[in-house]
Amino acid sequence: MTEELDAGMVAQRIAESDQVSEPSPNGEVGRRRRRKEDARLLTGRTQWTDNIQLPGMLYVQFLRSPMAHARITRVDVSAARELPGVVAAFSGQDLASEQGSLPCAWPVTEDIAIPEHPPMAVSEVRYVGEAVACVVATDRYRAADALEAIEVDYEPLPPVLDMNDALAEGAPKVHETGNKAYTWKFAQGDMEAALRDAPVRIDRTYIQQRLIPSAMEPRAVVATTDGETFTMWSATQIPHILRVMLALTTGIPEHKLRVIAPDVGGGFGSKLQVTAEEVVCLLLTKRLGKPVKWTESRSEGNLTVHHGRDQIQHITIAAESDGRIRGVRVELLVDMGAYLMLVTPGIPLLGAFMYNGIYKMDAYDFTCTGVFTTKMPTDAYRGAGRPEATYAIERAMDELAAELNMDPVEVRRRNWIKHEEFPYTTIAGLTYDSGNYEAATDKALALFGYDKLRAEQADRRDRRDPVQLGIGVSTYTEMCGLAPSRVLGSLSYGAGGWEHGSVRVLPTGKVEVVTGSSAHGQGHETAWSQLVADALGVPFEDVSVLHGDTAISHRGMDTYGSRSLVVGGMAVLSACEKVKEKARKIAAHTLECSPEDVEFSQGVFRVKGTGAQKTIQELALAAFAAHDLPEGMEPRLDADATLDPENFSFPHGTHLCAVEVDTETGHVKIRSYVAVDDVGRVVNPLIVEGQVHGGIAQGIAQALYEEAVYDAEGNLLTSTMADYLLPSAADLPDFVTDRTETPATSNPLGVKGVGEAGTIASTPAVVNAIVDALRPHGVHDIQMPCTPERIWRALRERAQA
Amino acid sequence: MPRITVTVDGIRYEEDVEPRLLLVHFLRDRLGKTGTPIGCDTSNCGACTVLLDGKSVKSCSVLAVQADGCDVVTIEGLAPGNGQMHPLQRAFHEEHALQCGYCTPGMVMAALDLLRENPDPSEEEIRHGLEGNLCRCTGYCNIVRAVRRGAQEMGQAQEAGQEVRTP
Repeated sequence: MTEELDAGMVAQRIAESDQVSEPSPNGEVGRRRRRKEDARLLTGRTQWTDNIQLPGMLYVQFLRSPMAHARITRVDVSAARELPGVVAAFSGQDLASEQGSLPCAWPVTEDIAIPEHPPMAVSEVRYVGEAVACVVATDRYRAADALEAIEVDYEPLPPVLDMNDALAEGAPKVHETGNKAYTWKFAQGDMEAALRDAPVRIDRTYIQQRLIPSAMEPRAVVATTDGETFTMWSATQIPHILRVMLALTTGIPEHKLRVIAPDVGGGFGSKLQVTAEEVVCLLLTKRLGKPVKWTESRSEGNLTVHHGRDQIQHITIAAESDGRIRGVRVELLVDMGAYLMLVTPGIPLLGAFMYNGIYKMDAYDFTCTGVFTTKMPTDAYRGAGRPEATYAIERAMDELAAELNMDPVEVRRRNWIKHEEFPYTTIAGLTYDSGNYEAATDKALALFGYDKLRAEQADRRDRRDPVQLGIGVSTYTEMCGLAPSRVLGSLSYGAGGWEHGSVRVLPTGKVEVVTGSSAHGQGHETAWSQLVADALGVPFEDVSVLHGDTAISHRGMDTYGSRSLVVGGMAVLSACEKVKEKARKIAAHTLECSPEDVEFSQGVFRVKGTGAQKTIQELALAAFAAHDLPEGMEPRLDADATLDPENFSFPHGTHLCAVEVDTETGHVKIRSYVAVDDVGRVVNPLIVEGQVHGGIAQGIAQALYEEAVYDAEGNLLTSTMADYLLPSAADLPDFVTDRTETPATSNPLGVKGVGEAGTIASTPAVVNAIVDALRPHGVHDIQMPCTPERIWRALRERAQA
Repeated sequence: MPRITVTVDGIRYEEDVEPRLLLVHFLRDRLGKTGTPIGCDTSNCGACTVLLDGKSVKSCSVLAVQADGCDVVTIEGLAPGNGQMHPLQRAFHEEHALQCGYCTPGMVMAALDLLRENPDPSEEEIRHGLEGNLCRCTGYCNIVRAVRRGAQEMGQAQEAGQEVRTP
């Protein structure tokens, strides 16, 4: 019982058991490897940021605004400073000269309004939860106690909560510059012509409710200084970007700042941010010369971790009477919240090129207006712009099918890009490199038992069964693998989309891989080991993957946008190629032949036509000893690669959902869910399935359960996990997942991103199913989340009408 | 300040604690047993689940003083040592029932308690039995599979006369 478990030994046992249980004739890529990460996570040997404990650690707590909008007329922290255990207390004013403004790296238009965003409010608060003061004490409890001794006087200002109201003439202003952040437009083809005399026209408005990302690990920050340099541990997805941004925001020079993302407990976009708490903790350790730690409570997090979605979507489809689409027009209002955070304005634009989905058309028109309100800012949340786009087009496609009395699969079939048409440049200007929508859909329909379910549905409709069956279809694609730097530049994003990898073969032949990707649950340590094992012909167990620390991984663009494998993994692969070429030269030199005569296979360099050979391990030792290397070669067997992707990645697939809707209670039960995704070649099917499962769950959660609700004064009513309904195991079904495999042509391995696909696909599948069940009752839409109450009310309204 | 005596993962501790100190903060901040994480402050997420005298509790909802005289087992006390894992931990690994791993300690401890009450649960029983533990990564499919597998392996091990820790 008392014996301490050694995580390393556990990992070794895991590796050994795998070798026995899963012989792999075809190499590592494609193998269901159990994860190297698991041992420490399963035995409690994890390093979450809150686990970091430094000598003399002080604890930070923030006092937060209880008002959605108010002028701060007085902050008095003096009483708090007198309490036992309290080391310091500061108002926003106290730090005003050094705290700077939180960065927005995506000014999407030239005339965008980017308001000042002080980490702690100085003169005005603009959402409930905005930090106004902080306390530093010798323990967590004392710091929390001291918050109560801080006095703040507020002069209330009118809250601004509704986007349409916010844009109306004479509306109260969130910022001096007004409530409009920007308007961004894209148009291709003649939309007016498409609309003119269109035989069929579908006009719909959908509400993308505000969501709270809810990674299981709350945010935490530890910051320390030795008087010269600074180190920060943060529960972040983006240690590299954070370091640059903190340097720019605080003036602490980049080379004196090290950022570490230790074990990070999920992100889903919510930890793709530069937060007030990170900036303030850095300033506090600078001022006090002591290590400080801040860990949020969940209730604090629901208020102040950036939210996701929150759009009003108007979508118009003009179509022929046979269902073929002429054009699609989209007008969005997007709630920015009170400020523009790291990539807030750009999020809806990641959907701007996706409202055409997998369909061919001649005209496309997109307008997006970002609106300020007195709510928590929105920003990236799993899918970021693409779930919203997919929802609107896939919901509207079902409406088109209903209008034409056509099967929803058939209307899609008539419009989608056929497999022989790839590569295909869409109306939105993207070139989809590969895909096979027919194959994925056929496989999904077969697994689902589509025809049988349709027959049962007809029967239940005939019988007027109070429990109706609904079938929902979602045929999605998405653009991920962010992203070609030139494209990001053309969209005014502040950085590039490359990724860095380095590979070093150690003197003993073991391999260290350093990646700029920053995993927080994705399994990169395992997947990158598989990639490298195959590329260099070394055992999976001989590869170790380092990441998430700017002192170890000195270049990187981090993890988001389903980019890690298609950009980060490919950078590692590219570095492997360079290592191999170097090893080939050493082999040729040692074996006294020309490099062209050396062939490489499974870790061994052989001279063609002779038995002479050297293993990569032997060559690593030779490079280390450096006794006899080719002229001019540096004595090391390692290489770096920085890779900029040539295109986005376009996973696709078909998701089908069957729901039973009780028309008497409004209760929805998911009866079956089938997902066939095409993510190209798969490195580790186990990890891919896990990503798909989790993605589907989050998409279903938007469809059925989750919504961040503010009251008329701008208070967040869903500020705890008791009020914001995250689905449990009891709320979700088992999923049937399968794949088709159409390799991407944009990278050497043929892989595509997978992290966001499930979330993007599933929400419309579920809502389409619910609406399909209710259509005979005259119901054509239910606003998300489709709660029993909303369904019951919709049915009652139709019955009364 | 009240003095409590509590056994945690086999070690007996005597500590003076503030009456308001939560058990989870006692474990993490006082004893350095950071294997048990905190995911919420309303006892909804279950990340902090430990066994208190053999039954699962959310340690954010128990005061340290309430654990006086009790035996606490955390995720850190589950494996027998020598690099081996408990069959349920192994099942989570085999079935890929964790991604970020933050909910995992609580999920494993809650599942152990579920299996104590019902050694051979159906999928439905597992889903309802783990209702108080939230996971944001896995969609629960593989967690359900892992608990089924863990149940089988624990059953087989017991039949073979091996000691399986079900604290």
